[in-house]
Parts: sequence; structure tokens; C-alpha cells
Amino acid sequence: MDSSMSALLTELLVPFDYGYMLKAMWVSALVGGVCAFLSAYLMLKGWSLMGDALAHSIVPGVAAAAILGAPFAVGAFFAGILASVAMNFVKQKSRLREDAVIGLVFTALFALGLLMASIWPTSVSIQSIVLGNILAIADEDVVQVAIIAGVSLAILLLVWKDMMVTFFDENHARSIGINTTFLKGLFFTLLSACTVAALQTVGACLVIAMVVTPGATAYLLTDRFGRLIIISVALGVTTSFAGAYISYFLDGATGGVIVCLQTLLFLAAFYFAPKHGVLAARRRRLEAIEAAA
Amino acid sequence: MNAPVPEIAAAADAKLGASISVRNLNVTYPNGFTAVRDASFELDPGTICALVGVNGSGKSTIFKAIMGFVRPTAGEVKLCGLTVGDALKRNIVAYVPQSEDVDWNFPVLVETVVMMGRYGHMNFLRMASRADRYKVDEALERVGMSEYRKRQIGELSGGQKKRVFLARALAQEGRIILLDEPFTGVDVKTEAAIVGLLRELRASGHLMLVSTHNLGSVPDFCDHVVLLNRTVLAAGPTAEVFTQKNLELAFGGVLRNFQLGGAALHDDADARSVTVLTDDERPLVLYGDKHRRHQEPDGQ
Repeated sequence: MDSSMSALLTELLVPFDYGYMLKAMWVSALVGGVCAFLSAYLMLKGWSLMGDALAHSIVPGVAAAAILGAPFAVGAFFAGILASVAMNFVKQKSRLREDAVIGLVFTALFALGLLMASIWPTSVSIQSIVLGNILAIADEDVVQVAIIAGVSLAILLLVWKDMMVTFFDENHARSIGINTTFLKGLFFTLLSACTVAALQTVGACLVIAMVVTPGATAYLLTDRFGRLIIISVALGVTTSFAGAYISYFLDGATGGVIVCLQTLLFLAAFYFAPKHGVLAARRRRLEAIEAAA
Repeated sequence: MNAPVPEIAAAADAKLGASISVRNLNVTYPNGFTAVRDASFELDPGTICALVGVNGSGKSTIFKAIMGFVRPTAGEVKLCGLTVGDALKRNIVAYVPQSEDVDWNFPVLVETVVMMGRYGHMNFLRMASRADRYKVDEALERVGMSEYRKRQIGELSGGQKKRVFLARALAQEGRIILLDEPFTGVDVKTEAAIVGLLRELRASGHLMLVSTHNLGSVPDFCDHVVLLNRTVLAAGPTAEVFTQKNLELAFGGVLRNFQLGGAALHDDADARSVTVLTDDERPLVLYGDKHRRHQEPDGQ
């Protein structure tokens, strides 16, 4: 009995014995935390799909960087700029609505990325761009991801209150001397940078979950923005760490595991949240009916 | 409309002097639309001024120019003798938004919104000092919202929501307060409370600029009026500016105008008449030349 318990325990601790697993877990947790921080803002503005568009648009940049042997962050940066310029250009020169423009531009760039990666096969496979491959992340990529995530986190910790005012009431923010144009630009820069980082852990398809789900879950659990950020980051860090850990036993698909975990927690909050959950609403309604009777 | 000489005004207003000086303001948006042309008016400390005009007459453009969101293509805006940028840095301008412009589902509590008024007085990390917390308590107390301080802002009634944003303006200690449609969606009792508060602020030297469609209440609490239609049609003391002739000029065919009196109402030889002007909110009732507030049917 005792020996089987310790055998199980040994088995469960195996991922911690491998350098690549440790690396994967810590990098995932860091990226998950920063993405979750950004999600607190993103989902409040109705900009959630911008994250998705961004992640897909970046793919040709990453592919080009791989082909040319440049750091992937550089390629992603230029692809991100190309995407936003293209979106603005089409929006101004046509009568199309914004959602159509976003849909048009990001799928076009995504397709271009797939095409490039299949015509010029490189060390970076299409699959690892689209689905992520944190378990096989190279050391220099770890450094890139860690720098992006660390710097983003530091900036967010400094300006989170100014960003909150900007997102809540831009006019007031300006009236107290906050440069809202700069802050919004900063936000989208951080979002792009963290999307690039998350590309490594969960891939282009699932990045959107990283920058929406934790914030959406926390939104159901609190009415205070400061707490929302704390809950969101805690969810992002734990699900990403645990997702990478569990994926060792399931043999791959780290992104899938992370996002499934996040979704499970969202569903739990959706039903059981003390104030904004489905069950709480039902309870309030029954109480109201009873009180009326 | 008598503009004070800047130096004298600056000396007299050193304590809480608040003034707005708009001179030959032109604003043309990047798409080529000229929203305001050659607008000029001057406002002194201790004033409640209504900004009146149809939709698209440039009310929000004037607000934006005062808060530096749009750059004048010509002319200038001076606040307390300072440029707009300098005035904003000194927390001189507070802004009370229109209810439709606020995301009421935003996860913030009442007290957090009021604390945002203090951010301009804090360091860049926005750490609240004891004085900041005291100012927030005081502002909440003054608008009667202390007991709601832990509520999420969406859980309040229309009038309570307005009072929270007024409290934020108080906490900010802005000398110039811009109010955008402060009475839409507000019950009569809250309106009276807000007007009472604005009068107190006027007495202490604040300058309030109120954008409103509520013509009926303008003579009630505004001592000055600026009438707009893409430019300033008239500006000055309410009694001089807020006349039927000027209003018809400002509103053109948009305003409803009923004239009641004479033989239409009664058989005797009373020649007096009543004019009712309304743009579908509370009507303005004119008895001859005098302003009289339209009585609420259920008013006490």
C-alpha cells in the first residue's frame, strides 16, 4: 500500500525531473499570467476578437523569420504592423464594416503564412506555429519569451491604474492629464508582444483563449477591477502551469490542455459564481417569487 | 460678456478663480467637416452657464476643445488664463459624462470611480494617500452617496449614477466643471439636489458649463447662456440671451412652439399670451417676456 503510494508519487513528480518539462511549465505559467493580465482589459472593451486577428496575422511574420533565420519576435512584430496598416487602409478606402475588414485581413495573412511555410519548409513546422510546441522550445526562444513576458508584466504593474481609467472613461483620463493615445498604443503593443509569446505555448489558433478566458472568468467573480486582475492572473498562471504538466502524461497538445482547463474554470464560474452566476440568478428569482407570494 | 483684463483676473482669481475664454475658435475635423466656426465667449468665476443648441450645433466640439481632445484649426481656448494643456496638468477641468457614454457594466465600485478623481493629484503609481481617501469620503458625503460606496456602479439608479460622477468632479477639485446632459434620466428630486450642489459650487467660485437640451430648467439655475449653431449665436446673462427670438434663431424649425392666449383660450378681452417652447424635453414657458418655470403637474 505504502509502496504503491510512493510509486504513484514518484510517477507524478517525473515531469519535474526533466529540464525541458520544467522549462515548459515555467514559461507557460509566465506567458499565461501576462496574457491573463491583458485579458482583464481586452474583454471589457469588446475587442476580444482583435486578439484572435492579431495572432493569425502574425503567422506569416513568424514563418518569414524562420526562413530568414531571424528571431521570430522580429518577424511577428513586422507582420503585426502590416496587419494593422492593412486593416486601416481597407477600412478607410471602402465602405466595409470593421468586422468584415478584420476577418478579411487576418485570414489573408494567415493563409499567406501557411503558404510560405509549406513552400519553403524550415525548422519551424506549420503545426508548431498553429498549435504551439512549448515542450520542444529552444533555449534562445525561451529567452525571447521570458524577456517579452517579463517586460510586459513590469509595464502593466506600473500603469494598470492609468489603463483602467483610460478604458473606463477616456475623457476623464485626459482631463487628469493621462496620455490616453499613448496608453492605448501601449496596450496594443503589449497585446501583440504577448500574442507572439503565447504562440510558442498554445499556438496561433488558441491564443485568443489566453487573452479572453481568464478575464471573462474573473469578471463573473468580482466587481472590483484590482481583484479582477489578481483572479485573472492567478487563473492564467495555474492553468498554464498545470496544462503543461498534464500534457506530459497525455503526450503533447499543451495548448489544448491549457485552454480546456481555462474553459472548465470558466464554466464553473458561469454556474456557481456567488453573484453573477446562473445558479445565483435562479436563487434570486425564486426568492423574489417567494417574497411576492 | 465683459472679459476681465487677464492680469487683474489672475490676481483676483488666485484663490479659486475659474475662467473660460474662447476666442475665434474654429474646429475642422480631419474629414473636412467644420464643426465650429469663429466662436467666441468669455466666462467668469462663479458662473453656471448653459450651452444650448440643436444636435450637431457644436456643443460637444466646444467641450472637446476645452478638454484638448480636438485642436483648434484657428483661434484659442484659455482656461484660468492658461493653455488647455497646462490647465489639464493642474487638474483645473473636471468632466461629468453623459450617462450613455459610460460602460455601466465595468467592474468598478462607486468609491473607486470617485477615487479616480484624485488620480491627477497622485504620483504616477496612483497610490492613494490618507488625504485622498478623506477627499473621497467628503465628496461621497456631499452628494449623499456614502452608503452606496461599495456598490458596483451599474447597480444604481439614474440619479445616483449622476451623483457618483459629480462626486468624482468634487474629489478632483476642478475649478471648471463640464457637465454633459446632467439631467437626462434623472428624477425631479435628484435634479433639485444637483442644482442645489451646483449653486453651492457657484457660490465658492467654481465655473460650470452645462450642455443641456432641458430648456425649461435653464432659466432656473443658469445665470449665463451660450447659444450655439456651428458658431456662437448669442452669449451672456440668461435674461438677455435666453429669449424667444434667440431660441428660434438657434433651433430653427426643430423647436416646437405653441402660443396660447387671447381668444383661443377665453372669451374675455385679456390680451396676455403664453408661449411654450420645447425640443421634446421639459418645455420653456414664456409669459410675455418673463421666464417662468413650467409647473410639474404633480409638483408639491
